[in-house]
Amino acid sequence: MIPAAFEYRRAASVDEAVALLAEGGEDAKLLAGGHSLLPLMKLRLARPSLLVDIDRAAGMRHIDERDGTLAIGALARHQDLATSDLLRARCPLLAHAASLVGDPQVRHRGTAGGSVAHADPASDLCAVLRCLDARMVVQGPAGRRTVAAADFFVGFLESALGADEVLVEILVPVPAAGHGWSYQKFTRRAIDWAIVGVAAVVEPSPEGIARAAVGLVNMGPTPLRAAAVEAALRGAPRTAVAAAAASAPEGTEPAADIHADAEFRAQLATVLTRRALEEALSRC
Amino acid sequence: MSILGTRVLRTEDPRFLTQGGRYVDDVPLEGALHVVFVRSAVAHARLLSVDVEEARRAPGVVTVVTAADVDVPAQAPELPMVTTEMARPVLAAGTVRFVGEPVAAVVAESVAAAVDAAELVAVDYDPLPVVLDLEESARDEVLLFPELGTNVAMRLPFPPSEDLFDGCEVVVRGRFRNQRVAPGPMEPRATAARWSDGRLTVWSSTQQPHGTAAGMREALGLSAEQVRVIAPDVGGGFGAKDGKYPEDLVVAWLARRLERPVRWRETRSENLVGMGHGRGQLQEVRVGGSRDGRIAALRIDVLQDCGAYPSLGAFLPFLTRIMAAGVYAIPRVECTARSVVTNTTSTTAYRGAGRPEAAAAVERAVDLFATEIGMDPAEVRRVNLVPRDAFPYTTPVGTVYDSGDYPGALERLLEAADYAGLRAEQARRREGGGARQLGIGLSVYVEITNGVPGGEYAGLEVRVDGSAVVRSGTSPHGQGHATAWAMLASDRLGIPMERIEMVFNDTDLVRSGVGTFGSRSLQVGGMAVDQAAVVVLDRARRLLAELLEADPADVVVDASTGRLHVAGSPAAGRSWAELAAFAAERGEPLAADVDFQPQGATFPFGAHLALVEVDTETGAVVLRRLVAVDDAGRIVNPLLAEGQRHGGIAQGAAQALLEEVLYDADGNPVTSTFADYGMITAAELPSFELVPMETPTPLNELGVKGIGESGTIGAGPAVQNAVVDALAHLGVRHVDMPATPQRVWTALREARR
Ligand SMILES: Cc1cc2nc3c(=O)[nH]c(=O)nc-3n(C[C@H](O)[C@H](O)[C@H](O)COP(=O)(O)OP(=O)(O)OC[C@H]3O[C@@H](n4cnc5c(N)ncnc54)[C@H](O)[C@@H]3O)c2cc1C
Repeated sequence: MIPAAFEYRRAASVDEAVALLAEGGEDAKLLAGGHSLLPLMKLRLARPSLLVDIDRAAGMRHIDERDGTLAIGALARHQDLATSDLLRARCPLLAHAASLVGDPQVRHRGTAGGSVAHADPASDLCAVLRCLDARMVVQGPAGRRTVAAADFFVGFLESALGADEVLVEILVPVPAAGHGWSYQKFTRRAIDWAIVGVAAVVEPSPEGIARAAVGLVNMGPTPLRAAAVEAALRGAPRTAVAAAAASAPEGTEPAADIHADAEFRAQLATVLTRRALEEALSRC
Repeated sequence: MSILGTRVLRTEDPRFLTQGGRYVDDVPLEGALHVVFVRSAVAHARLLSVDVEEARRAPGVVTVVTAADVDVPAQAPELPMVTTEMARPVLAAGTVRFVGEPVAAVVAESVAAAVDAAELVAVDYDPLPVVLDLEESARDEVLLFPELGTNVAMRLPFPPSEDLFDGCEVVVRGRFRNQRVAPGPMEPRATAARWSDGRLTVWSSTQQPHGTAAGMREALGLSAEQVRVIAPDVGGGFGAKDGKYPEDLVVAWLARRLERPVRWRETRSENLVGMGHGRGQLQEVRVGGSRDGRIAALRIDVLQDCGAYPSLGAFLPFLTRIMAAGVYAIPRVECTARSVVTNTTSTTAYRGAGRPEAAAAVERAVDLFATEIGMDPAEVRRVNLVPRDAFPYTTPVGTVYDSGDYPGALERLLEAADYAGLRAEQARRREGGGARQLGIGLSVYVEITNGVPGGEYAGLEVRVDGSAVVRSGTSPHGQGHATAWAMLASDRLGIPMERIEMVFNDTDLVRSGVGTFGSRSLQVGGMAVDQAAVVVLDRARRLLAELLEADPADVVVDASTGRLHVAGSPAAGRSWAELAAFAAERGEPLAADVDFQPQGATFPFGAHLALVEVDTETGAVVLRRLVAVDDAGRIVNPLLAEGQRHGGIAQGAAQALLEEVLYDADGNPVTSTFADYGMITAAELPSFELVPMETPTPLNELGVKGIGESGTIGAGPAVQNAVVDALAHLGVRHVDMPATPQRVWTALREARR
């Protein structure tokens, strides 16, 4: 459990981090909370030659609201999200999902930005942010750009981030007033990653459902949206939920592992989607 | 009033809480070198070459050794009936037989240097076919030891009889997998060794320092005087820490060869593949009887997984067989077994060792039988329990149960849990038809403690300052011996507990010992302390009688003053200090050495009820309640006993619900981190409801049995039965352990088809 040798530099700012990454080349890696990267390094599954530690970089741990958009600094800890009054009031889904990440140690060290950059399909935040139509603000040598969550997660542990880019901030549009939400995390033990998870946001209408967004955890190589479910619920009555949930596995490619085979994951996605939508509606 | 039976706080804890423990890795050893093992990455292969040259030249490396360098003989188990021909070389020689088997040892100035260099050892494997499945292994097609022509390492010499089920109205069959689990002690294995002045000192995370010393002596060809083993604080063992693993022997060998201190501590991932695993049985069970609920015959055929090299695991079916009749007066019971090798980590003792397997087989069988004849499982148990007036009771497999009251345990349990109320609640849920159904699981168990013959040493001396020192051959690692032993000595002598010093865990300081395993400590090691105190007290009485010209029989101890005096005249007496001084003057210190020999094994018993909620849509199981009646004879300290029950129940529930060591088809371990291996946590467990019960054993003066493993033995089957019970109305008859969501859901789907 000792990583291979590496160089270590601490960046005081995003600009400095970008510069150090450029200097370090291909094998340089950013270090935030270290709770995904360090375990991999200790098992020697990752062997960066240079670690650029941004954990103390300035101006990246905020959680604010600007013009109807929530801005979450990449270094905000899961615990910051879970206990943020702003998030609890404006986007309770995000705060709640963050409160279910790992265990207290993990939540106090692990960062929102690290979670997103790591792009694990089993991550809680990634699918929740995908469900919330978040956008990622990224800075590289050429300056800043913004990438929609839909385009950000490209493959298994693979994001649209360039090797020389830093994820600076996560932007989340404040969900419509009166929305209902739910996060269903199905785990083996309280401290575990999701076997399958489902995030739902529902905007009600007088007739039933105006719009629903459903994010899926661990149902494919990237965090996914349950597009078929969402389509079936657009303008639908509340009674449409169970039938719509049945199409949650559509278009997914769940993996088989020691916890669940693909068929069981599909079953879980269906049941959890139904429960998430029902709970979300109950909160509208 | 006697201190025995009271909730005395653990005397061990203030140090742990204020200073922390001191484990092998904390022992300062100036100039110590660090060992890292290169482990096989392949489950079965011929070793074409192990090239260590580059590693030897790496910075900080002192040496790298392979089988060719280390002249420690291959280790064969010394166990009845188990073959000695499948001996395990301390470093793989010619063939590797499981992933994780040590192939080379790198010795360097720092752990980091050793880890780096270990990567440079180039091992050339020529893969061989892999056998993982027990039935496949038993077919002897792929052989681990081709020269022997078989994979069978042990066979119980009890052939099945043809007519066992003759006359049975109903015969039910079951096929149960008692899966492989990892002991997972908080402190992984660790060993440090120093050779100086012709003597080897070993610091070992072991449950049995004297046994470890014997192993070291034999392996390294040393005399008894040349080996000292010290077990500092030991962070859990659960049966799997004997301090004689190949790694331990190599570390000691290196210290001697290099004449420098050497230390090794494995990582968690190494622990999960290198330390012995527990369980690993495939059981074919048949139970027969009549529709009135009487069970007439039971047969259990066991296939035991030994892993790659037979170790204690190979012998476990023997213990399973001893307990094959369970708590029931079944006229005909048989148990056959074969232990076979596979390309996996060796199996060994793990909390319960052979008895949880028996309890699981019997208790699942009883439930299957109850379901088949449509009788309540509690009622079937009532009808078949060994009656309370039948003790000592000899079972059809020849085991003699010392004492018990099984019907009493069951009735207490049903009342404490409100069994009738639970059944009514379950019926309501079933009628409601919701996704979350209730399951109620019962197990009534009996187990054997101190099942391995052997006595235990204790020495007790009262010093001239009136304090006492106790030396004990058992070797505690978390159980609380220091508290319990001091209570026993204090109760006899009237010397306050805080004035009794405990000495354990060092072969130089304790002249002999067996160790802590098999729930033996109190009834053997504790009894030795008790008897040593009796001898010392007897001497003190005679001394005082002599001084006062009284009758020794009239001398009594006054615990409130710590003095001995003649009954009825407190003024006529002496303190322990005075007596010790007087004894010393005469050249006969107030001391005794006792080698206590127990009369035999004892049989704790109990009854557990588990209430689970099963989500029939997702297969998720939540353990809602666990009510336990555990009777281990007289209880010396309820606090310690409850602690043992808590840990045991947690591990039993863990096996039923979560824990399982898994391999992929090529024999690669896939549960070699705690992210993958489902070690249970407090969040998955309810507060246990512990019901007291005490039925003393006639086999020792204190009336005590062992309680270290009861929880595991009772809880596992109760929880497993509860899961099946929750789904019984949906047609499910059995779910193998662990009852993971996937397994529960699959069982439901198959039942619905
Ligand atoms: C025991 C345990 C349990 C866990 N359980 C869960 C769980 O249940 N659910 C869950 O979602 N997660 C879980 N996690 C993961 C946890 O959320 C991690 O903290 C998170 O995935 C990564 O955040 P970090 O700050 O630790 O990132 P690090 O480990 O520091 O970095 C992860 C990766 O992201 C890159 N990176 C980090 N920050 C940036 C940035 N600002 N810009 C660009 N790249 C960046 C790094 O270079 C690295 O490649 C668990 C982790 C552990 C150790």
